[in-house]
Amino acid sequence: MHPAISVIFFTVTSGAGFGLMTMIGLGFPMHNGIVAAFLSYLLGGGLAVAGLLSSTFHLGHPERAWRALSQWRSSWLSREGVIAIITLLLFAVYALIWMFTGQRIAPLGWAVAAGSLLTVYATSMIYAQLKTVPNWHSKLTPFCYLAFSIASGLLLAGMIGKATLILGLPTPTIIVIALGIAWIIKSVWWRRADTIGFSQTGSNTGTATGLGHLGKVRLLEKPHSGENYLTHEMVHQIGRKHALKLRAIAYILGGIIPVIMCTFALFITPVFFLLIAAISMIIGLFAERWLFFAEAKHAVSLYY
Amino acid sequence: MTLLPAQTNKKLGLVIDLDVCVGCHACVVNCKEWNTGGYGAPLGDVDAYGDNPSGAWLNRIHTFEVTPDDAPAQIVHFPKSCLHCEDAPCVTVCPTGASYKRSEDGIVLVDESMCIGCSLCAWACPYGAREMDPVENVMKKCTLCVDRIYNDNIPEIDRTPACVRTCPANARHFGDFADPNSNVSTMTRERGGYDLMPEMGTKPVNQYLPPRKKSRPEETTEIAPAFVPKAGEGLLGWLDRALEKLG
Ligand code: SF4
Ligand code: SF4
Ligand code: SF4
Repeated sequence: MHPAISVIFFTVTSGAGFGLMTMIGLGFPMHNGIVAAFLSYLLGGGLAVAGLLSSTFHLGHPERAWRALSQWRSSWLSREGVIAIITLLLFAVYALIWMFTGQRIAPLGWAVAAGSLLTVYATSMIYAQLKTVPNWHSKLTPFCYLAFSIASGLLLAGMIGKATLILGLPTPTIIVIALGIAWIIKSVWWRRADTIGFSQTGSNTGTATGLGHLGKVRLLEKPHSGENYLTHEMVHQIGRKHALKLRAIAYILGGIIPVIMCTFALFITPVFFLLIAAISMIIGLFAERWLFFAEAKHAVSLYY
Repeated sequence: MTLLPAQTNKKLGLVIDLDVCVGCHACVVNCKEWNTGGYGAPLGDVDAYGDNPSGAWLNRIHTFEVTPDDAPAQIVHFPKSCLHCEDAPCVTVCPTGASYKRSEDGIVLVDESMCIGCSLCAWACPYGAREMDPVENVMKKCTLCVDRIYNDNIPEIDRTPACVRTCPANARHFGDFADPNSNVSTMTRERGGYDLMPEMGTKPVNQYLPPRKKSRPEETTEIAPAFVPKAGEGLLGWLDRALEKLG
């Protein structure tokens, strides 16, 4: 599939933003005071909104984006939009109360956390629902999205918050555990993606044309000699060339460097090292998300 | 409304006969011609006369080579347009309600004024039947020529899809699959019409008729040759015998 930068940016940043909102909503210890509360709100909500806005850039008609809120009964894309907006509104109320009274209303926070995770789940389901793209059509896909969202949210919360211990463990340790879980899920996802092909449905050029029972089927002539929307959007192959290198980059920037930085953060200037960890992780996730699209094969490629 | 209708009164669609399609692309061209002036925005092209032309088409012909284990390869021209699936995944994923399936006749359409151009429906279709218009940035797909088949302003003989009307080989047929006695149902029954990628669960309405069995040199064919030279009687018979006698 064609890796559109706007969509890659969207899934990574809004994943991180909603992850941070989840942590704040769950009561992650934060600095108090109107400015600190506002900045926390700005980082979480800002990342989420920046991502959502970026996703509208790949639309043919961004000015009609509001229409996408209407079909939540059948469409995951629509559900994502609806849940995201409700969650952002709840978070704004939560943050306002926090800023002006210093109180963090727990039940409201839980609602924000639940809404954030649901939004990320809905995002992942946009891809996971597609039977036409076997790499994505897996229960593991939502787990990947949620795990990365939680890990990056935790990292950001650790960076701007004031928690030294979470669940009895030092904050950087908890972050490392979350990162570890996320990357383990992703490696399982990658291992599956490497072998899945079209085995899930058993599709091949034979079933695509229905001529398989007659013999070996191969394309002799494309419909047109040039490229078309379908070959550009769904039979995209350029990204696969550097797949292994990009995977290594994703592991190193998204996993290994943040883990090393977290280890430093256990001893000295946690904010500084966690900031480096967060930046590195986000870049690593861009590589991971690029591959999510570039490596995915679409059933229509069986016709080309 | 992107929920699918529980059932449709009619199931309009096409039968595509792979045995007779000669791959002339006439239906492709006529489809483009009609749909550029008909339903919705014109079908856009970019760089049409340049080095790298591309554009939106609702119908495309692929050509496949099929090689049996024990016989020479055969060529099959393969027209493909939207199959107006009963369980159309392209419809349910649409966030705006622009994509819908009509309950009266099962035609799958895009309301272009509502489409945000998100591409998700094209991703959901296994057949590559939807294409983004490069000029209008809205999703395009076969309309089953909805603006012809019910059109009282054109002669009755033309009230059939443009691709069907134009095919010089009669490889495309239009009809109602909900009626077991319709032309398309009968053809599908008698010729073993089949679904493309049934494993995708889309329940396509359009049916493909397989190429007929080819005779092979070493086989006695099932189909008798239309004319067997026979020289038993009459003048020719006498001539035949007379010439034979000459040695
Ligand atoms: S062929 Fe593709 S576009 Fe047409 S109804 Fe089926 S899934 Fe939708
Ligand atoms: S491209 Fe248009 S028709 Fe297709 S899913 Fe998006 S809004 Fe619906
Ligand atoms: S039915 Fe009409 S729109 Fe569909 S492929 Fe044929 S000519 Fe094109």
